[in-house]
Amino acid sequence: MATTAEGFDAHHEDHAHDHADHKPGFFARWFMSTNHKDIGTLYLIFAIIAGVIGGAISGAMRAELAAPGLQYLGTFVDLLGGDGSSFDQQGHMWNVLITAHGLIMVFFMVMPAMIGGFGNWFVPLMIGAPDMAFPRMNNISFWLTVAGFLSLLFSMFVPGGTGMGAGVGWTVYAPLSTSGSVGPAVDFAIFSLHLAGAGSILGATNFITTIFNMRAPGMTLHKMPLFVWSVLVTAFLLLLALPVLAAAITMLLTDRNFGTTFFDPAGGGDPVLYQHLFWFFGHPEVYIMILPGFGMISQIVATFSKKPVFGYLGMAYAMVAIGVVGFIVWAHHMYTVGLDVNTKMYFTAATMVIAVPTGIKIFSWIATMWGGSIEFKSPMVWAMGFIFLFTVGGVTGVVLANGGIDDNLHDTYYVVAHFHYVLSLGAVTSMFAGWYYWFPKMFGRWHSEFLAHLHFWVFFVGVNVIFFPMHFLGLQGMARRYPDYTAAFAYWNEIATIGYMIMAVSIVIFFVNILYAIFFGKKPEANYWGEGATTLEWSLSSPPPFHQFETLPVIEEHHSADDHISPKPANA
Amino acid sequence: MESFETMNFGAFARKKLNFLALLALAVMSFTAVPQAAMAQDSEDVSLVEGAVAEPLETTVTEAEAPGFEYYGPEMIKGQPVSSDEDLLGSMTFQPQYTDNGDYALWMHDAILMPIITVISLFVLGLLLWVVVRYNKRSNQVASRTSHNTLIEVIWTVIPVLILVVIAVPSITLLARQYQSPPEDAITIKANGYQWYWGYEYVDNGGFEVVSNMLSEEEALDAGEPHQLAVDNRMVVPVGVPIRLQTFGADVIHSFGIPSLWFKLDAVPGRINEKMLTITEPGIYYGQCMELCGARHGYMPIAIEARPLDEFNAWVQSQPGGMTRAQIEAQEAGAAAPAGEDTVEVEGGRSPASSAEDAPLAGEPPVDQAAPTT
Repeated sequence: MATTAEGFDAHHEDHAHDHADHKPGFFARWFMSTNHKDIGTLYLIFAIIAGVIGGAISGAMRAELAAPGLQYLGTFVDLLGGDGSSFDQQGHMWNVLITAHGLIMVFFMVMPAMIGGFGNWFVPLMIGAPDMAFPRMNNISFWLTVAGFLSLLFSMFVPGGTGMGAGVGWTVYAPLSTSGSVGPAVDFAIFSLHLAGAGSILGATNFITTIFNMRAPGMTLHKMPLFVWSVLVTAFLLLLALPVLAAAITMLLTDRNFGTTFFDPAGGGDPVLYQHLFWFFGHPEVYIMILPGFGMISQIVATFSKKPVFGYLGMAYAMVAIGVVGFIVWAHHMYTVGLDVNTKMYFTAATMVIAVPTGIKIFSWIATMWGGSIEFKSPMVWAMGFIFLFTVGGVTGVVLANGGIDDNLHDTYYVVAHFHYVLSLGAVTSMFAGWYYWFPKMFGRWHSEFLAHLHFWVFFVGVNVIFFPMHFLGLQGMARRYPDYTAAFAYWNEIATIGYMIMAVSIVIFFVNILYAIFFGKKPEANYWGEGATTLEWSLSSPPPFHQFETLPVIEEHHSADDHISPKPANA
Repeated sequence: MESFETMNFGAFARKKLNFLALLALAVMSFTAVPQAAMAQDSEDVSLVEGAVAEPLETTVTEAEAPGFEYYGPEMIKGQPVSSDEDLLGSMTFQPQYTDNGDYALWMHDAILMPIITVISLFVLGLLLWVVVRYNKRSNQVASRTSHNTLIEVIWTVIPVLILVVIAVPSITLLARQYQSPPEDAITIKANGYQWYWGYEYVDNGGFEVVSNMLSEEEALDAGEPHQLAVDNRMVVPVGVPIRLQTFGADVIHSFGIPSLWFKLDAVPGRINEKMLTITEPGIYYGQCMELCGARHGYMPIAIEARPLDEFNAWVQSQPGGMTRAQIEAQEAGAAAPAGEDTVEVEGGRSPASSAEDAPLAGEPPVDQAAPTT
């Protein structure tokens, strides 16, 4: 760290721009980073790597499900050093795949990209802060996440009961995860969640402190860009929900290794207690994954409509409301567990209430576009795709909210379709929107707008072909987490697998676009989206200097939540 | 017991369904809107009964006959619809064979599907309109409108009203699903094991039928769908209430039958219970619906619903199997009647009145007390 300090050498030089852009050496910069933009970049790279691994796993799953029977699981077992002819090991391999896919996508792709990546990059820029409040804690948040990912990957190569790896689902329900899975794999998977969770709690603390204390002079909470609002709400959800998960999985560890019986009825425990604890975390978790996406979509829609966000306060407090209500609806994930009728009626009603603030957001985005002069640049196209796909995912959520209807749909592919519409097609689509919105800002190179549009259309078709037929499979009763199915389900499964192949092509386009930017990308100007882009990051060069805002920007009276950089109008 | 029941929200809810639905949503969304008319409409709708079970008085001649014949594949009713035969049918729910299933299916098809389709198309239409009307070429100068209180109130209140419309039948459905079985319901316990089901006939001598999946060849030989066919089906009476209990012997399993709108987790350390009344004889397939380990996908459920006399004949063909009447007779012959019976006395009816249970087939009693979970 000494070299870093010397490199900055801040004591006897004035704050010239070239000094602000003075960067430490490679190792110090990327392995001991304290700069929020570098850490954001690290998070994004990490999320892309994890996303490729998690996406490849889903490819393996779609290949297996393309037709009835077991085709590839034996090969996968052989590849990981097991006995591919063993039926149990094949079934276990399937469970390992679904577990790894879920955990990787939730904890190591969406969360790092949304909060770690875009949050780190743009929260300080948007509030006019030089960096995060705790730069070194920011660094350890990132490396804890990496360590957690390695622990999860390692778990796939150690015994987990009927085969190698943790085959317990991303929910890690007891007693399958305790007495039902002998061997260290589940311990490593749980430890991975501990590490990633600790990293997220530290990150959440950092964001809350930064947003509350480091806003530029004049930027009140009600003048904060909606993306910052979304990260603030998300950080509170993380801070309140993750300790509950940590407690639950710690109890799993002690049940597994130290003879406690929190979840073992033989010792007075209860397996359902674990589910309550898990979903008390798990439901806020789904909002943790989508709220920053909401924020990004708000910025993008306003930018390209060249209009302020419609109903700014409603938008901000709708997110707060979603966050609050998100904490009191958890048992709708457990409708079939044997809840009594009162509980089920309550959770049905409470769950449906979430549709109200969500509807406010959807309609406010459309109202923002209404009357606008819309430019359909790639981020806007992605954002509009998000709005539609999220609506489709949202209305199936209203169906599932009904406890009596859910009796038939619980744990079927209808649920899989629902949460992939809001996450894979919702959160991921918003991430790509944010990626193309800020890519030139972050990396100082233009991507190809043509490839970005192409990426959208191929992705949009692909994901719909994957996930829309899953509604049909779920209505027909096809269970989740099954490696094999009866012949009647073959048709829609085959179509879903074709959809996966289309979607995979779009990911290739995504990477080609990155290569294009590296080799042919032009240098963008500071505010390359023009008059609609009015938050503070557009007042900085692209990429921003290594240290920005050494003189704090001042938000004037005439600046609104939607416009922090315009000069005072002459006639005002 | 009585005072506890009067305090029970579930019992209360069944009497005050619409009121509660309205209250819950009105309170939670902080919105007071005139809803009486809408609630009335919904009430009328919610009272529409699904197909009522036909009382099954079938006096099958061969019932008491020596051998018990299991149904062949022609009696399969609850199974996934093959896309090759009926593409549209493979895109929605399986046909339902319980009253609650009919009600739930009606609610989904008549209320939920139209609402969510209209909302999705409405949003899509708005997006397309925005693309056409407010693109850069059609609208050169953007407006600066960023507030309109009226429209914000409208798009808050209308979703609330839509949710109220959904909530009324939803709460009704829940209340129906949680009706307690009558005391003379036949108790069958489904035990989930890694990885097969065991069906314990608690009221019929306590024997347990172990049910394993058939291999693909065996299933196809039998003319049944593979992954769903089993060696020993769970034989149940048709038209009479079954007190179906689930229990997990090792890890959590879940007993799910799509065509009966039935799913209940089998959890170690607790017995879950729900009433099931099947309206037609036939074979109904289901599967384990909660991840339970390596062979989670290979522990299907096959229910064979038979008229009560055939069910009784089947019971007698099982080792240790006894019909209700036989048990009653045995108990009457022994010293003290009742006492050891597993039937929980809940209402005013004594266990003795359940001696002849067949005539009660069909309509489950409506005014049952609190559910037991």
